[in-house]
Amino acid sequence: MWLALLLALWGSVVGFIAGRNQRPELVESARRATYALAGVLVVASLALIVALVKHDFNVSYVASYTSRNLPLVYTLSAFYGGQAGSMLFWAVVLATFGALAQWLTSRRYDDLLPYVAAVTSLVVLFFVATTLFAANPFVRLPFTPSDGGGLNPQLQNPGMVVHPPLLYLGYISVTIPFAFAVAALLSKRLDTGWLHAIRKWTIVSWLFLSIGITLGMWWAYVELGWGGYWAWDPVENASFLPWLTMTAFLHSVMIQEKRGMLKKWNMILIGLTFFLSIFGTFITRSGIISSVHSFAQSPIGNYFLFFLIFIVVATGVLIAKRMPMLEAESQLESMVSREATFLFNNLLLVGIAFSVLWGTMFPMISEMVRGTQVTVGPPFFNQVNIPIGLALLALTGIGPLIAWRRASPGHLKRQFAAPVTTGLIVAALLLAIGMRDFYAIMALSLAAFVVGTIMQEFIRGVGARNRLHGENYALAFARLVGRNRRRYGGYIVHLGIVMYFVAFTGQAFTTSIEASLKPGESVDLRSPWGYTYTFTHLGVSQYEELNRFTTAASVEVARDGERVGIMKSEKRQHVDSFGRASFEPSTEAGIRSDLREDIYIVYAGSVQGTEEAVYRFTLNPLVWWLWFGGAVLVAGGVVTLWPGATSGAERRRSMAGYAASITGKSSAAAAG
Amino acid sequence: MKPRTKFIAGAILVAGTVGFLMTSGIKETGVYFLTPSELASKIETDPTFYDVGVKMGARVVTGTIERDVASQTITFEVTDGQQTYPVVYRGLAPDTFTDDVDVVVEGRLMADGTFHATSLLAKCGSRYESVPSA
Repeated sequence: MWLALLLALWGSVVGFIAGRNQRPELVESARRATYALAGVLVVASLALIVALVKHDFNVSYVASYTSRNLPLVYTLSAFYGGQAGSMLFWAVVLATFGALAQWLTSRRYDDLLPYVAAVTSLVVLFFVATTLFAANPFVRLPFTPSDGGGLNPQLQNPGMVVHPPLLYLGYISVTIPFAFAVAALLSKRLDTGWLHAIRKWTIVSWLFLSIGITLGMWWAYVELGWGGYWAWDPVENASFLPWLTMTAFLHSVMIQEKRGMLKKWNMILIGLTFFLSIFGTFITRSGIISSVHSFAQSPIGNYFLFFLIFIVVATGVLIAKRMPMLEAESQLESMVSREATFLFNNLLLVGIAFSVLWGTMFPMISEMVRGTQVTVGPPFFNQVNIPIGLALLALTGIGPLIAWRRASPGHLKRQFAAPVTTGLIVAALLLAIGMRDFYAIMALSLAAFVVGTIMQEFIRGVGARNRLHGENYALAFARLVGRNRRRYGGYIVHLGIVMYFVAFTGQAFTTSIEASLKPGESVDLRSPWGYTYTFTHLGVSQYEELNRFTTAASVEVARDGERVGIMKSEKRQHVDSFGRASFEPSTEAGIRSDLREDIYIVYAGSVQGTEEAVYRFTLNPLVWWLWFGGAVLVAGGVVTLWPGATSGAERRRSMAGYAASITGKSSAAAAG
Repeated sequence: MKPRTKFIAGAILVAGTVGFLMTSGIKETGVYFLTPSELASKIETDPTFYDVGVKMGARVVTGTIERDVASQTITFEVTDGQQTYPVVYRGLAPDTFTDDVDVVVEGRLMADGTFHATSLLAKCGSRYESVPSA
C-alpha cells in the first residue's frame, strides 16, 4: 500500500510535468506509473481477498465482516461491504480504469494523456492515503478471534453482491471523463477532441450508474420488506444526483459536437458530476446526514471534506482561467429547435438535481440558519419532482421530433401528428376506464407519446431504407440500427426510461392491508385492476439453515376465487458458528410478479407461541416494468457501445468503451 | 425578440417554477426534527405545539418495549438522557427495532404527554457492521 502511495504521487507529479513539456520519456513514465499503480493495488486487493477466503480473523476487517459459516459469495462481497474495503475497492478500480484509459485511448490524444494520468493518479492518491491513514483494512488485531462477527444479513442477497460494485463502478468511471476534461483545459486543446475520446467512457459510466441504482431499488424492494423501492433516502439521493448531471452531460455534449455551443456548460456539468460522485461516496461513507443507511462515524469524513473543497476550487479556478477559450461557435437560432429542447432538458435535469440536493441537505441547512432541524421527506421530493419529471418525459418525446437549428411549421405538423394522437388516445382510454388521478393520466399519456415518437422514428427509418435500397424490413431494421448505433441505441434507452415512468405511475395505485390470521383464516384485498385477492394463512414452520434459523409462514393466494399458488414469507434469525444469535432478525418478503402487479407478502411475526401470524399484504401495480425497463436500458446502451464498422479511429474508440465495459464487468465478477 | 432572449426568459420561467415548487414543498411538507428535550422546551414556550406533526429522534429505553400482537400496537419509551416520552405506535416495526437503538418517530405529542407515532424508523448505528455481543 505504501508503494501504491508513492506510485500515485509519482504518477500525478510526472503526469503534470509531462503534459506541460511533452518530453517523450516523461510521458512514457507517467503512462507506466498508471500501469504499475493498477498492478500494485490489484496485488493489495488480492491479499485482502485471500485473507477473507482463508478466514484470517487476525485481520480486524476480516473478523468484523465475515464468519466461518458465511457462504463464499458473501465472504467475497465483504471485500466492499465494509468501509475500509470499499475505499480500497475505489482505489483499485480507479487505478485499473486509469490504466485502461491510457492503454486503449487512441494515440491521437497523446497530448491529453499525461494530464489524464496525472488526474487519475491524484484521485487514486487521495483514496490510497485515506485508506492508509484513516481506514486501513489490513490492520491486525492483538489476538486472533476464533470466529468473526459475520456479515449483516441484509447484505446477504444476490442484489447486494452486485449492486454496490456496479454503483461504485459508475461513480469511479466518472473520473475518466472528468480527467479528460481537466486535461483538455490544461493542455488548451479545447476542440471537440476530448469529447470524442470520452464518448464511450461517459456512456459506460452512465450505464453503470443506471444499473447500480436499479439494482439498489431491487435490493430495497426484495430485502428491506417495506414494499417500496425508493424512499428518497439521502444515500439513494446521493446515487441519483451524479446520474442526473451525467444524463444532462450526455445530451449537451451532442450540442457541442454538432454546433460548437455550450462549451463552458459541459465543463461545469462534468465537473459537477465528478464532484457529486465523490460527494455520494462521502455521504454513504461518513454518515454526515442521518439516514437509515448510515454507517459508523469515522475519521474519513474530514479527508473527504478536504478533497471535495479541493475539487471545487481547483476545477473552478481552471474553468475560470480558460473561460475566454470556451466561447460558443454559434448562437441559438430558434426556440423551436433541437438545441432548445436539449437546453431545456438540461435545465430540468439540473433543476431536479438541485432540488434533490437541497432536500437532502435541508436538515443541515435549516439547523445552521434557524437552529432547529427541519426535515423534508418523500412528500417534498414527490411534490417537486413529479411535475419536473413529467416535463422531462414530454421533452424526451419532443426532442427527436424537432430539427436542428430551426424547425418549420410544416415539418412540425408532419412530425407530431402520429405521436400526439397516440398520447391523446391513451389519455381518452384512461379517462374512459375511470382513472381520475391527474398525474397518473399525464404520465401514461406522455409515455404513450414518447413511445409513439420512438416508433415513428424507427418506422420512418426502416421505410426509407426499404424504398431507397430495396431491403426487406428485417434487414432494413438491422442496418438502420447498425449504421447509426448512437441514435437508435439512444432511442432504445429512452424506451427503457419510459418503462421506468410507467412503473413509477403504478406506485400511485398501491394498496395494502395488515391482518393477524389464525391458520385457515383469510383476508380479502381488492386490486386496482378490479380483481379480489384472497389470502389464506396456512401455517408456520421453523427450520435451520447454514447460518440462520428460519421461521416461514405460508399463505395460499387466490384471485377472484381461483387458486394462484402458495407464497412463503420468512423471518430469519442469523446465527454465528456457535449457534448464538447475531444481528436482529431480518425479513424475507414473499413476492410474485406479473405484468400487471406484484403480490408482496411480509410476515411480521407470530402471536406468542401460537401459529397465529401477523401479515402485511401489498399489491404493487406495474413494478415489474421497472426491472424490465432496466433490461431495455442496458440493451440500448450496449447497442450504442457496440463496436461499429465506420473508420479505424472510430472502431478503436468503440473498442475502448466496449473493452472497458467487459473488463469492468469481469473485475466486478472477480471482486464479487 | 431574439431566440437567445426568448430562451433566457424560458430558463427563468423554468428556474422560477422549480424554485416555487421547492419553497412551497418545504412549507407544506417540512417537519421539525427534534430531540425529546427540544420538544419539551418548545412545548413550554408554546403550548399550541401539542398535536402538531413533528419528528423526534431518540433512543429506545431498554425494557420498555411492549408489543400487543393482536392489535398490532407497540408501546415503548424514548429518551435523550434528559427527557423521556412514552410512544404509542400502531403498525409493523422494522426488523432493526429493539432495545437501546436510535429511532426516529414521526407523529404528534398529545396533551396527555404520550407521543402518537405514525411512522417508526429504527437506525442500527452500524448497519453494515456486526454488533459486538457485549
